[in-house]
Amino acid sequence: MPKTIIEKIWNEHVVDQQEGAPAILAIDLHLVHEVTSPQAFTGLRARGLKVRRPDRTVATADHSIPTTPRNLPIADEMAAAQVKQLEANCAEFGVPLHGWESPNQGIVHVIGPELGLTQPGATIVCGDSHTATHGAFGALAFGIGTSEVEMVLATQCLLQRKPKTYLVRVDGTLRPGVSAKDIILALIARIGVGGGTGHVFEYAGSAIRDLSMEERMTICNMSIEGGARAGLVAPDETTFAYLKGRPHAPQGADWDAAVARWRTLTSDDGATYDKEIVIDADTLEPMVTYGTNPGMGLPISGTIPNPADESDPAAARALTRALEYMDLRAGDSIIGRPVNTVFIGSCTNGRISDLRLAANVLKGQTIAKGVRVMVVPGSADVKRQAEREGLDKIFRDAGADWREAGCSMCIAMNGDQLAPGEYAISTSNRNFEGRQGKGGRTFLASPLTAAATALTGVIADPRTLPGMSR
Amino acid sequence: MAAPRVGTFTTGLVPLPAENVDTDQIVPARYLKVIDKAGLADALFHDWRFEADGSKKSPPFVIDEPRYAGHGILVAGDNFGGGSSREHAPWALGAFGIKAILATSFADIFKSNALKNGILPIILPAELHGTLMQIAKDDLAATVTIELATATLTTPDGTAHQFPIDAFSQKMLLDGLDELDYIRTQGEKILAHETSHPGTINTLQPNAPR
Repeated sequence: MPKTIIEKIWNEHVVDQQEGAPAILAIDLHLVHEVTSPQAFTGLRARGLKVRRPDRTVATADHSIPTTPRNLPIADEMAAAQVKQLEANCAEFGVPLHGWESPNQGIVHVIGPELGLTQPGATIVCGDSHTATHGAFGALAFGIGTSEVEMVLATQCLLQRKPKTYLVRVDGTLRPGVSAKDIILALIARIGVGGGTGHVFEYAGSAIRDLSMEERMTICNMSIEGGARAGLVAPDETTFAYLKGRPHAPQGADWDAAVARWRTLTSDDGATYDKEIVIDADTLEPMVTYGTNPGMGLPISGTIPNPADESDPAAARALTRALEYMDLRAGDSIIGRPVNTVFIGSCTNGRISDLRLAANVLKGQTIAKGVRVMVVPGSADVKRQAEREGLDKIFRDAGADWREAGCSMCIAMNGDQLAPGEYAISTSNRNFEGRQGKGGRTFLASPLTAAATALTGVIADPRTLPGMSR
Repeated sequence: MAAPRVGTFTTGLVPLPAENVDTDQIVPARYLKVIDKAGLADALFHDWRFEADGSKKSPPFVIDEPRYAGHGILVAGDNFGGGSSREHAPWALGAFGIKAILATSFADIFKSNALKNGILPIILPAELHGTLMQIAKDDLAATVTIELATATLTTPDGTAHQFPIDAFSQKMLLDGLDELDYIRTQGEKILAHETSHPGTINTLQPNAPR
């Protein structure tokens, strides 16, 4: 029977399947960070257990650390204690740690791929819902809770029900000024934040094949915003070219054998999915969210919807509440809405290609008066590369703030945050109430749209920029 | 840390008629800097409950209304618990005294995390859900009984309704069994799988310099 790549990876990792019980699923890579792991290590200690496979486990600090210069101590006592606890736990249990001052530090979903640890066909988990990012390599990658972090530390396995499959086919070619972020925001706007619940997305079609690895990561990253725990892209030459020579990728004869195996990781002709959707890339515009969940997004030329036009009373209620929180008026155009802050970074759009896109827009320009622009590289490696290319100088000369690597204002745990009532345009993944600071209001968009907005101080269409090219 | 055990309980309802309540609302991220599970009851729905100076909002958010004090079942809108994987969300709900949540659907990770902490995410058909939401608002004395062994929810008028629950989770919670212990009973199979699937990922040893 023809199989999808999702079923192939699943089958390969089932250790045991008892009647009526979930499968015991083997996990190839476990990523650990300071926020969702301390209680799991405490649990191990209470049970007198070890970490079963330190060689399949890797840790970093990203969520609660400051993005100020690394020679300064962590001022927030609770964050400092959490980072210290991670260091102590990793030392005690033999888990390799790329600590907050390490040259390999970064957002967990940025460093996995960078180091070549994220590999096709693998099962990858982390106590973080954006673990779906690693699906860009044709891995089955998903977020887990802290109880599950403890289970994986102890057994390198998890209890899982086989997920349903959802084909997202994106055909055609993106227009200039439209990028990967706009594909995923358009998908979520169409299916809603619960549309993928219980499913794993497979992203396919010519527009996905044309994307770089970093663009594919942007798309897979936000699978969870569409309700799917995981999303993936079958590996191809783009995947192998990205991985080759990375520190933890196989080398020599091992590399050749691995690539031969990875080439079999495609969905068979005739494989069926539980759900399917087709998106036409040619008709996509840059997307911006206007509400308080990532499904509340619209093409940038659009106007803010009216609750009175909603046939479903629950949806009308949710929209009314969202517009109230955002202090936006139905019928107004989204272009031209003023912002206080521009945030460029996160595991969605904090990679070198994202920074290059933004720098290209800001080069030789000055950001709008009174607007704060924060550029936060996704990892220490991204930061070094950007500095080699002089991007830091471009950002600084334009008036932007160039920071150290971390999750920063995407989750606003570390002091990088909005003041109540402030608006941000953000390249991150969530626009929930208070996500970027209590009372803060978020417009989600691509790095190009965010950079264009930085120049004008109001939401701007990147397609109007001079010399717009992909 | 003993595994949670759930049997039969009878308690009042609290109405939360909002759709897509995400985990950032259930526990805002700045409360995730803890290294244990204690003290999260005040973090629950924090920004909906408290002013900037830490005082409770006036009028209070629904879970703080004195008339709902002690009610252990939250009746929420569709797609409850979306967003982040933080298990702090069910920890905070449990610390506050919530035993079950009734909704028409739940986000996947939240549902899994809730069950591991003995909080029942109960999916109801829209009509019954609407009825119970109305009762939660109108009849403060009304109670609902949930019996996990038979997966039934008995409404205030005495009608019993079957609710869906994964049979495995049901058994684990009824018997107070631990999922990690369950996995560990399969140690030989885990070892056999590891041996036959050596893989190419090794976090300890890079194969090439950066």
